[in-house]
Amino acid sequence: MRRSPRDAQESARRIGRRAMVLGGAQAAAMAVLALRMRHLQVDQADQFRLLADENSIKIRLLPPARGLILDRNGALLAGNEQNYRITITAEDAGDVEAVLSRLARLLPLTPEDLERTRREIARRSPTLPITVADRISWADFSAVAVNAPALPGITTEVGLSRAYPLGADLAHVLGYVGPVSDYDLSKLDDPDPLLQIPRFQIGKVGAEARLEAELRGRAGTRRIEVNATGRVMRELDRKDGEPGAVIQTTLDHRLQNYVQARLGADSAAAVVIDVTSGDILAINSAPSFDPNMFVRGISGPEYRALTEHDHRPLADKSVQGAYPPGSTFKMVVALAALEAGVIRADETVYCRGFTELGNRRFHCWKSGGHGHMDMTRSLEQSCDVYYYEIAQRTGIDRVSAMARRLGIGMRFDLPMSAVSEGLAPDRDWKQRKYGKGWLVGDTLNAGIGQGFVLASPLQLAVMSARIATGLAVEPRLIRAIGGAEVAAAPPPSLGLNEDHLRAVRRGMIQVSNSQRGTAYSSRVVDETMRMAAKTGTSQVRNISAAERARGVTRNEQLPWERRDHALFVCYAPAEAPRIAVSVVVEHGGGGSTAAGPVARDIMLQALAGGLPPIEAYPESQRNRIEAERRALPLLPPEPPGGGKSRA
Amino acid sequence: MSYLEYNVKTVPAGLRKVLYVNWPLIVLLTAVAAVGFLMLYSVAGGRIGVWAEPQMKRFAVGIVGMLMIGFVPIWFWRNVSALAYLGALALLAAVALFGEEGKGAQRWLDIGPVRLQPSELMKVGLVMMLAAYYDWLDIRRTSRPLWVLIPLLLILVPTFLVLKQPDLGTAILLVAGGGIVMFIAGVSWWYFGTVIALVAGLVFGVLESRGTDWQLIEDYQFRRIDTFLDPGSDPLGAGYNISQAQIALGSGGWGGKGFMQGTQSRLNFLPEKHTDFIFTTLAEEFGFVGAISLLSLYALILFFCFASAMANRDRYSALLTYGVAATFFLFFAVNMAMITGLMPVVGVPLPLVSYGGTAMIILLGAFGLVQSAHIHRPR
Repeated sequence: MRRSPRDAQESARRIGRRAMVLGGAQAAAMAVLALRMRHLQVDQADQFRLLADENSIKIRLLPPARGLILDRNGALLAGNEQNYRITITAEDAGDVEAVLSRLARLLPLTPEDLERTRREIARRSPTLPITVADRISWADFSAVAVNAPALPGITTEVGLSRAYPLGADLAHVLGYVGPVSDYDLSKLDDPDPLLQIPRFQIGKVGAEARLEAELRGRAGTRRIEVNATGRVMRELDRKDGEPGAVIQTTLDHRLQNYVQARLGADSAAAVVIDVTSGDILAINSAPSFDPNMFVRGISGPEYRALTEHDHRPLADKSVQGAYPPGSTFKMVVALAALEAGVIRADETVYCRGFTELGNRRFHCWKSGGHGHMDMTRSLEQSCDVYYYEIAQRTGIDRVSAMARRLGIGMRFDLPMSAVSEGLAPDRDWKQRKYGKGWLVGDTLNAGIGQGFVLASPLQLAVMSARIATGLAVEPRLIRAIGGAEVAAAPPPSLGLNEDHLRAVRRGMIQVSNSQRGTAYSSRVVDETMRMAAKTGTSQVRNISAAERARGVTRNEQLPWERRDHALFVCYAPAEAPRIAVSVVVEHGGGGSTAAGPVARDIMLQALAGGLPPIEAYPESQRNRIEAERRALPLLPPEPPGGGKSRA
Repeated sequence: MSYLEYNVKTVPAGLRKVLYVNWPLIVLLTAVAAVGFLMLYSVAGGRIGVWAEPQMKRFAVGIVGMLMIGFVPIWFWRNVSALAYLGALALLAAVALFGEEGKGAQRWLDIGPVRLQPSELMKVGLVMMLAAYYDWLDIRRTSRPLWVLIPLLLILVPTFLVLKQPDLGTAILLVAGGGIVMFIAGVSWWYFGTVIALVAGLVFGVLESRGTDWQLIEDYQFRRIDTFLDPGSDPLGAGYNISQAQIALGSGGWGGKGFMQGTQSRLNFLPEKHTDFIFTTLAEEFGFVGAISLLSLYALILFFCFASAMANRDRYSALLTYGVAATFFLFFAVNMAMITGLMPVVGVPLPLVSYGGTAMIILLGAFGLVQSAHIHRPR
């Protein structure tokens, strides 16, 4: 409207005044804002910066590749293979059930898989990925990957998983790995954060468990930036972990494979060692199982089949098994007697089929008796009466001391599970254990490797090696860790009289080379591979009077689990020993028939470094041997020049 | 003064008007908008097409619109003020009836290809209406109760409609903006004292109304008040926005984390990172220096508006310019106060920087009115 100049001036003045007030107020408000920003951004910056980092930076562990296990020539015994797996993160999935049911249409998921997944989801933080399916095929893996948009929270991952290319051949010595369990965590006092990764694989038994520290390696870390929903946006830095150390064993994978095949379905164990270095070339227990089953996650029925099998496939009989060594113990008694000076090697003892102690009779296995026996012949024909006599003369304490010197009753520190100490009994032991005094009858029983004496196949192999060399050979399984050779000092001498040793060896040579030897049928005709051996048959229990009355006098007539154990120890070549072998066939019957041929085949295989020439066998046996060979499920022959190719 | 009082010869005409445009203001507006483009580019993770490019196009349209409005004589705008106000009011009413819902609030109106937010329009319409009213009113009557009641109603009717949407932020801006125009126009201090006392009473009443059946504001607004008073009480829930915004702001420090390096905003810890909360990204990436620089740019815009208004003897022009400047001030001051935790979270964008459909064009249109007042000022 039209205003008078006075009004107009008044209006402008008033507006100007009020504008000054307004401008002042606005300036004050902006000053407050500026101060507030200064407070937040300058005074409290450090605190907020910390909060921002906590918000967005997460540390993830990078599981290291588990160390490889190689054989003595570098062939791969335990490796890692790529493993395709599917994980679900509950938080991202939203409706877990819907996602799982959609996933189940793409993958062959068992109800157990789904149940386990649900349990894990309920138990763990919703932000942690839970493995739904492991070790799935590439086809399934890609099917899930393609359908990822319809499967929120589902991630496809490629991880490493343990694989044992030779499967059952090394199941006992290497053991296997499995996902770390709550039980493991409660048992271990191990702060390694890797163990917190769900389903992280750790060694459960065997070398995998005993060498866990070396094989596991060190975790790497990945600092990643995540967004508000936890999705990885980028990697800030990565500290690669250290893969586990490569472990080279002393084993020969071809020999191991052969021995396993040769032991077959029997409940048996065999150990092959190098007599001078103590290197274990093969150490098998049969029947075996596929360790890959355990890595995969063994099913209930599969596991029950293993535990309920009367041949106990899960037990490592080669080191855990402790058997009465039977006649294979006679070398110990002979050496103890010679060293004690209670008998000379050429001195004879008369065997009339039994010996009497008080009103008890101790029978020789040959009821008619062996007649006059010197040491060589007593070993050759495994006369029991001779050993009743010299054991009694020597006394149990000196016999047991000799047993320990030769390795029986000693614990060898091998990285395997539950390595048995065996038992070399003496007076103190029996007093401690039973509170009873030692009886002469106990000595007699011990004299033929029965009664309280116990030895594992490993100890029997070590004993043979020690007799063969006269050196305190220590068995060893690990040749190098992470490329560094495991130092092995040359074994010291046993300090035994060389003449005594020679007398015992002479007897052992006779066992498999003399017509009257108990293992003559398991002889080697090739002069360069001749064996020195000893058979053993150890009673599980005596044939009872009742059974005898029913006419059961022969082992084969008994039920399997009551039959005798068959044992066999040997070293070869007899004149320049290189290899010692022990074989135990549980409830196999006689050592000469059940264990001897097996041990000979293994020995020849070890000496020849492959299938031995058929000419090494006696002519009459060649056809049968060749037929047996063809039936063995062996590895295909090595490709020329290969050997390390699989490592 | 009315256009009849102008010495028409002293008012630039035709293309000569270009010389009389308030160029510093245009430079400052462009500078602020450029900061916005940069931040929108950054929060989109280095992609221009997501937010920055549409925003640039809108800015170009807005600048052209501003000049077109600016070249139209100010007396025309004064004469259509009431029309603009009534138009905006009609649209607000239409929104209440046919509006489109978005994020739980009914704010949008679809008119063919344009999605219009009439409450934005009302901010300008109200300032125009009040400026025209006080230009018309005899200054001696300014503080008479009846003549105070009329502008009060002019303010409260649209405010009521906006509150119904519900949009507390805009409602506050309307009341405060209208109040500032009344204040500039010279309404007695007593009224303001009374209103402030009344507002205090109202706040008390609102807080008291909670949980009763005559509850005056929505539950979510109550929760915002709660979390404003104690953001730490629920850092992952309702207080999340505030906590995360302050973390972003604070972690920027003195010099910031660098362009495109802001972890908080890029990693989606921030809500509404491209609209209401874009200031946090700026503060995080350019630190205190960046935040103060933007505040200074805003202050300079205010300064040039004030300078223009001071030099303008036309009552309508001066009131309009102060009103637009005050609305602009309220925009950025409320937004910054909210982000720095000085105020509860209300949905107010950062003018010219936040990504916003109609807001920027309408704001530039308002500055067009300021330009018109500047170009056509009596000399």
